[in-house]
Amino acid sequence: MPFLVNQLPTGPYFGIVAEFQTPADLFHACERVRDAGFTRWDAHTPFPVHGLEGAMGLKRSRLPWIVLVAGLTGATLGFLLQLWVHTTAYPLVISGKPYNSWPAFIPITFELGVLFAAFGAVFGMLGLNRLPMHHHPLFRSKVFERVTDDAFFISIESWDPRFDAAATPKLLESLGARSVELLES
Amino acid sequence: MAQTEAELLDNPVAGNPPLILRSPDFHSITDVVAGAVERKTPIGWWFFFLPAVALLALLGAAVSWLFWEGIGVWGLNIPVGWAWDITNFVFWVGIGHAGTLISAILFLFRQKWRTSINRAAEAMTIFAVMCALLFPGIHVGRVWLAYWLAPIPNQMGVWPNFRSPLLWDVFAVSVYGTVSVLFWYVGLIPDLATMRDRAKTPIRRFAYGLFALGWRGSVRQWHHYEVAYLVLAGLATPLVLSVHSVVSMDFAVSVLPGWHTTIFPPYFVAGAIFSGFAMVMTLMLICRVAFRLEHIITMRHLDLMAKIMLVTGSMVGYAYATEFFTSWYSGNPYEFFTFKNRALGPYAWAYWTMITCNVISPQLFWFKKVRTSIPALFVLSIVVNIGMWFERFVIIVTSLHRDFLPSSWGYFRPTIWDVSCLIGSFGLFFTMFCLFVRFLPMVATAEVKTVLPQADPHYHRGPERELRIGAS
Repeated sequence: MPFLVNQLPTGPYFGIVAEFQTPADLFHACERVRDAGFTRWDAHTPFPVHGLEGAMGLKRSRLPWIVLVAGLTGATLGFLLQLWVHTTAYPLVISGKPYNSWPAFIPITFELGVLFAAFGAVFGMLGLNRLPMHHHPLFRSKVFERVTDDAFFISIESWDPRFDAAATPKLLESLGARSVELLES
Repeated sequence: MAQTEAELLDNPVAGNPPLILRSPDFHSITDVVAGAVERKTPIGWWFFFLPAVALLALLGAAVSWLFWEGIGVWGLNIPVGWAWDITNFVFWVGIGHAGTLISAILFLFRQKWRTSINRAAEAMTIFAVMCALLFPGIHVGRVWLAYWLAPIPNQMGVWPNFRSPLLWDVFAVSVYGTVSVLFWYVGLIPDLATMRDRAKTPIRRFAYGLFALGWRGSVRQWHHYEVAYLVLAGLATPLVLSVHSVVSMDFAVSVLPGWHTTIFPPYFVAGAIFSGFAMVMTLMLICRVAFRLEHIITMRHLDLMAKIMLVTGSMVGYAYATEFFTSWYSGNPYEFFTFKNRALGPYAWAYWTMITCNVISPQLFWFKKVRTSIPALFVLSIVVNIGMWFERFVIIVTSLHRDFLPSSWGYFRPTIWDVSCLIGSFGLFFTMFCLFVRFLPMVATAEVKTVLPQADPHYHRGPERELRIGAS
């Protein structure tokens, strides 16, 4: 699957990963890494830390647009299905009402809109996050296992134009990193 | 200086009392929740699981007999064509609604206390919807034709009627079940990754890792994840309101006295949340003791849940009164007869059971003593669910059993197979719930960590803060 592989650096090193002790330390370090002009880097936390996407300089998520399109598609398809069935495929007079009794189609239109929007939200989120991705160089790090427990990390990937195998670890250490590790690809 | 619980509760600097007691660090939250799954199966778990499986087997037997012999094994017959089957269906769908209220509506209202109970409540929703979907599926008689419910033409080219509330119901409940599973699973992904990273055996690592999808807690991922979660909450909120509204339209759209009323949608939704909170309360009271989560699911959580039960219970009581008033005020003799018959007729015992359990008993929650007494909460939560089952029974059976002509009056009596299907459905529910608490983290650890004070990036544990606490 080329689009997944393309997300990872190609050189001998994936990059470096540095551990920070608290959300506050990580927050300030992220601000500095952002201001230093790095682009191919990430922070890793066990839970969503409030405001960290701002400290990293991330743009707004495009997910709501995906959800909107999916939801409208679902609602439209749902309505057209009912309209087609009751006017074309199997027209039947029920309670003397017109074939196109659109108010009676609204509940199912709504439900299908919600269904498609929910699928759009979940699969859109997974797509934007490039998940599932069961193998990643970060998983080779032993300390990184604690990212889902109580540890906070910054990873800077080796294909970042500002990445320097000697200077970048020093920068992270100066920002209060507890440990800095160089990871192979 | 370590902070004691009393200090934290009286701390004017921190403002609100903390949601999670014993001021734990992040790791101890992981430990207590994940530890409950990783430990060797406690003996006590089998005391719940084996009876639940026995009841599930009973359900299997009852449903098999029903399929073999036909709907006649149940006690329903004209004029009572719907009885325990649909009562159980509405009861179980209603139970599910509290899970969605806690996970979605309280999330939109920024009620942070929900984080301690939302995972288990969402699981409860899914299992309740499973039980609910069972009953319409088996009550159709010829189950091999149940696919006629699906939006496809049958072998004669006949399509289902999309203008019927019964078909709206098929869509509403199945969409609700699907969206509930999606919402629950999205919430589980970070915690499954926690289980994966703590796993000691390759099998556990593989199983949890497979479903964790390679989650690595990246902020770029959390960024989209949080939007997805918010959107799902925003979608689930109108969805849950629509589901019980549509369920109520199964009745309200008919022209039967006792069913044909516009109050049904809001009244059903309030009742659903009421019964669902009662079920969450019952389950949480057991789980918090069994898994030593008293500091995560605190008395404050129980107190808040009791308050919601008080509000929704009073709304239900108000709806009963309005219904009764309208039946008189409408001047429709059939409508008024139905209601007089409910309160004073052959099913008066069911009506007054309902009133006692649903309207009178929750009024005890006005007293803080009751809201903070575990035995009282436990008993009342079960009483409320008995009452809410009777509510659906009263609505369905008392409206049907005296038809317009006295020559077609009847009295519904359940058979042993009606009873088996009802208690068997509890077997299905508790079997699923037991498996859930054994294999999955029953508290959303990633979310609980966010409500700890040190999760805020502007929180500082410097000497300055200790001085301030020391001085206060």
